[in-house]
Amino acid sequence: MTTETTVTPLRRTTRVRFERRMEQPRWLRYITPLILIAAALLVGAFLLWLVGANPWFVYTQMATIAFGDMYGWSDTTIKATPLILAGLGVAAAFRMRLWNIGAEGQLLIGAFMATGVALHWLPAESGQWLTLFVMAAAGFAGGALWGFVPGLLKAKLNINEIITTLMLTYVATQWNNYFVYGPWSERGFGLTPQFPKTAWLPRFTDYAAALPAMRGVTAHLGIFLALGLALFFWFLWRRTKWGFEIKVIGDNPQAARYAGISLTRNIILIMMISGGMAGLAGMVEVAGVVHRLQERFSPGYGYTAIIIAWLAKLNPLAIIPVAYLFGGLLVGDDVIQPAGIARMLQGVILFVVVGGELLLQYRVKVERV
Amino acid sequence: MELSFWAGFLISLLAAGITYGTGILFASVGEIFAERAGVLNVGLEGMMLMGAVTAYLTAYRTGNAWVGLLAAIGVGGLMALLHAFVTITLRADQVVSGLALALLGSGMSAVIGAPLVEVRTAPRLPEFPIPGLADIPVLGTIFFDHNIIVYAGLLAAPLAWWFIYRTRPGMELRAVGEYPAAADVLGINVVRQRYAYVILGGMLAGVGGAALSLAITPLWIEDMTAGQGWIALGLVIFAGWNPLLAAFGSYLFGALGRLPLDAQQLPLFLAAPQLGYFMKMLPYLFVIILMLISARGNMRRRIGAPAALGQAYMREERGV
Repeated sequence: MTTETTVTPLRRTTRVRFERRMEQPRWLRYITPLILIAAALLVGAFLLWLVGANPWFVYTQMATIAFGDMYGWSDTTIKATPLILAGLGVAAAFRMRLWNIGAEGQLLIGAFMATGVALHWLPAESGQWLTLFVMAAAGFAGGALWGFVPGLLKAKLNINEIITTLMLTYVATQWNNYFVYGPWSERGFGLTPQFPKTAWLPRFTDYAAALPAMRGVTAHLGIFLALGLALFFWFLWRRTKWGFEIKVIGDNPQAARYAGISLTRNIILIMMISGGMAGLAGMVEVAGVVHRLQERFSPGYGYTAIIIAWLAKLNPLAIIPVAYLFGGLLVGDDVIQPAGIARMLQGVILFVVVGGELLLQYRVKVERV
Repeated sequence: MELSFWAGFLISLLAAGITYGTGILFASVGEIFAERAGVLNVGLEGMMLMGAVTAYLTAYRTGNAWVGLLAAIGVGGLMALLHAFVTITLRADQVVSGLALALLGSGMSAVIGAPLVEVRTAPRLPEFPIPGLADIPVLGTIFFDHNIIVYAGLLAAPLAWWFIYRTRPGMELRAVGEYPAAADVLGINVVRQRYAYVILGGMLAGVGGAALSLAITPLWIEDMTAGQGWIALGLVIFAGWNPLLAAFGSYLFGALGRLPLDAQQLPLFLAAPQLGYFMKMLPYLFVIILMLISARGNMRRRIGAPAALGQAYMREERGV
């Protein structure tokens, strides 16, 4: 081996460096979310302009439609309900650094199971609350099964759960398509017959006789389930020993193993809970809104849930307002053309937040080397 | 059923597999470069979709499919640059950034492509049966009677293999992904290399998307990749980060993905048309099965991912 003997002359160049701040100034920490939201809206506006839409019009229209009056809030609540449920599920998995991104598939299977109960597997004369309870249980179980398989593969063989959960989403789509075009189809269209009324989640408008103000408010009682479960998960993660163990596994699997926490069991369990919550979201959507199973009944709730979970920093209570925000976005998307703007903005928001949050932790330094 | 029927069925399926697998092939080879450099980019699906829609739009507007292909390469590279900045410079979580890229791409391509859905007349990349070779009975149909982009795919995989395993820059690439600190000590600019290969990966994903919209299924439909980007991601693992195996896998998936269409002429299918839904599940289930197989294999051989995959490199800190 020869050694380098010639010394190359030092060249002086200017370069830009990103240096991590040792300590974040307090003012920065407080206004970070505001900066990020503003930045996301700005980047979104730029992209909207790029694809030929009028950003100001799109934004104001969306805000008015989604939050302008009680019916807007009702529509937004309808969208937020499955988003909260699926978001709680995704966040549960993310806490353990399990990247369950197949919530959409778990949601589809949950809806499938709930539909099976509503139309076929339960005697028609069962009471409303029993029917709804069995539908919810079946929906959760279906989603849990769809989470169990990737969980098992991850725990036993360390197979990448990103890919398995996503592949199973495509399988779930075809599975449902088979049923809505095949055995359960109504005259070969991509949908099943409507559920009997006993399988409908009560809507606020159903109580209009007692509460006239609720007339026309089509949001359903599923929102209470979502809010209750958000509280439940907050308590579970923050106040119980098991919740703490899950956090330890996520932060440091080695330490968890030394502390005697079973990784295998917890991976499978969390994936089942995660999938189950998405399944519940599917049940709530078919029982509360669509009242049947049909092709493409979900506008990608499962994918949006990923963004919601991340933006809420996996905090169950923070998921509620974030889900409302994105619910509003989806309501706006139903009205504003071209479709897909909501999905684009979702991606922009996630990107800006992921990147921007870190960017604010850095100082930009121009230095001479 | 006659033997000649089955032979013909099989030959056309294999030929179709090579065509239909080309998009996945480009995406997975690109991902191999990025991951070999230590950066996971799960946003393939988004980059492919953006590549597909950009290629189609540009080809339609300019009347030239090659310009469309170039535009797709540019868009793929730009999206990857975004990922590179967020993960390499800002050191954000690679999975989350990739997910954002995937969602961004799928949403944005839907918005851009909305007016294109009715367009059926965009120029395509040329079909090019290789003179002489295309007339060879069986092999000619399978290998030498394709669109020009398909040949590019057939060449890309061995070229990538040769580059990664047989050249000095390829060795440096592997070093950056396995042991960036050591590579740094040897004078390799880790950050620059990572940027370069992540961007290259994005460009190739863009080519994969363009191959779909300009040649393989020459039109634009929302979400036309149907998960091919995610399949490519799984294939990379199955292939053990080896481009040749990834190519083999891509063609296999091409054939499987094509099966529901080709099988419509089979008597079994005519009797039970609803089998189609289950056939459409096959490629996705097959990814899981392949990952099962490779998981067992990897455990046996103790080889697998580049050691520094998914980890940001910070010179000041002790790295792997």
